Amino acid sequence: MLNIAITIAAVLMCLSLMLNLWRLFKGPSRPDRILALDTMYINSIALIILFGIFSRTTLYFEAALLIAMLGFVSTAAMCKYILRGDLIE
Amino acid sequence: MQTKPRFRFLPSPLHSLLLFTVWLLLNNTLAPGHLVLAAFFAITIPLLTSGMQDPHPRFHRPLLALRYVLRVLGDIVIANFEVAILVIRPSKHLNPAFVAIPLSITHDLPITLLASTVSLTPGTVSAEISEDNKWLYVHVLNLMDKDALITLIKQRYEKPLMEIFECSI
Amino acid sequence: MEFWVELVASILLVTGATFAFIGSLGLAKLPDFYTRLHGPTKATTLGMGCLLIASMILVTYWQGYLSVHELLITLFLLITAPVTAYMLAKTAMHHKLQILEKTTDKTLSKRAAERMTP
Repeated sequence: MLNIAITIAAVLMCLSLMLNLWRLFKGPSRPDRILALDTMYINSIALIILFGIFSRTTLYFEAALLIAMLGFVSTAAMCKYILRGDLIE
Repeated sequence: MQTKPRFRFLPSPLHSLLLFTVWLLLNNTLAPGHLVLAAFFAITIPLLTSGMQDPHPRFHRPLLALRYVLRVLGDIVIANFEVAILVIRPSKHLNPAFVAIPLSITHDLPITLLASTVSLTPGTVSAEISEDNKWLYVHVLNLMDKDALITLIKQRYEKPLMEIFECSI
Repeated sequence: MEFWVELVASILLVTGATFAFIGSLGLAKLPDFYTRLHGPTKATTLGMGCLLIASMILVTYWQGYLSVHELLITLFLLITAPVTAYMLAKTAMHHKLQILEKTTDKTLSKRAAERMTP
């Protein structure tokens, strides 16, 4: 049963990544693209956690944490950049 | 409003508590060695960084703060169901709006907490705050009644925050 | 025992993935930037919360000791989601993005971009 649930969840996460990718390519404005990237990294954390459950290890926890931190910092940096055209004032 | 530290060797007790828990969570252990190391970090890091912090209003009512956190967590679940239904329905039924909410609380930390809560809970995202910290601009996904929304945010989220930080009006 | 643990975890996994999917669906189908902002900030956060709680339950059951470090990621996402949303909204208002025609009080966004009182 757990394997079926993991499969369903992984399929849903892959579909969400596809939708994010579509928005990333189509997104009429730059904030749209940043939002798509931001959602993409959260969804990829979900995929990593799912893979960790699937292979029954906790090794991927650090990877997920690192993606969460770097993703937030990069989103903030990109917002700041297109807001001012400068990272450090 | 007091901003001076209560104990000399523990300038910000909450900060220390946070460091202690995060260190233990990060290592996922309760081993004695890690407890000592966590205590060491919890005491030294706030001492080293106390000079870099802006003065913040102090936490006055820890129990009320705990109740506030639990209420917000419950509201996040409910708000998520609402937003999920709104997203699935055809978007021509949506009624988005910008609303300006007058703020009674002062100081940066309580306002930040209120803005974050508003972003996470009732179908709203806080967009900007006016320069004099008196108005919070929010974007609402589906506006039913503007005054009801403003009263909801002020009664349900702003009032407890005001009591927690004992801000004067 | 194992059946019930797996049942709870499976329900949490599917619910969480569904919420994350709905968040991404909102990002793809809603009409303008400000409405799109709602999907990822809310639905995705709850979805991730559900997935991480499921992971916590399963790891605790398999390893035999309480494993709570997934809470750290949940906490981190809960703190950063509003900040990201705020920064993106600020950027969007600065660039005067197209706002959906039927939005009530559209002029407020101009006042907000200048950080003036309404």
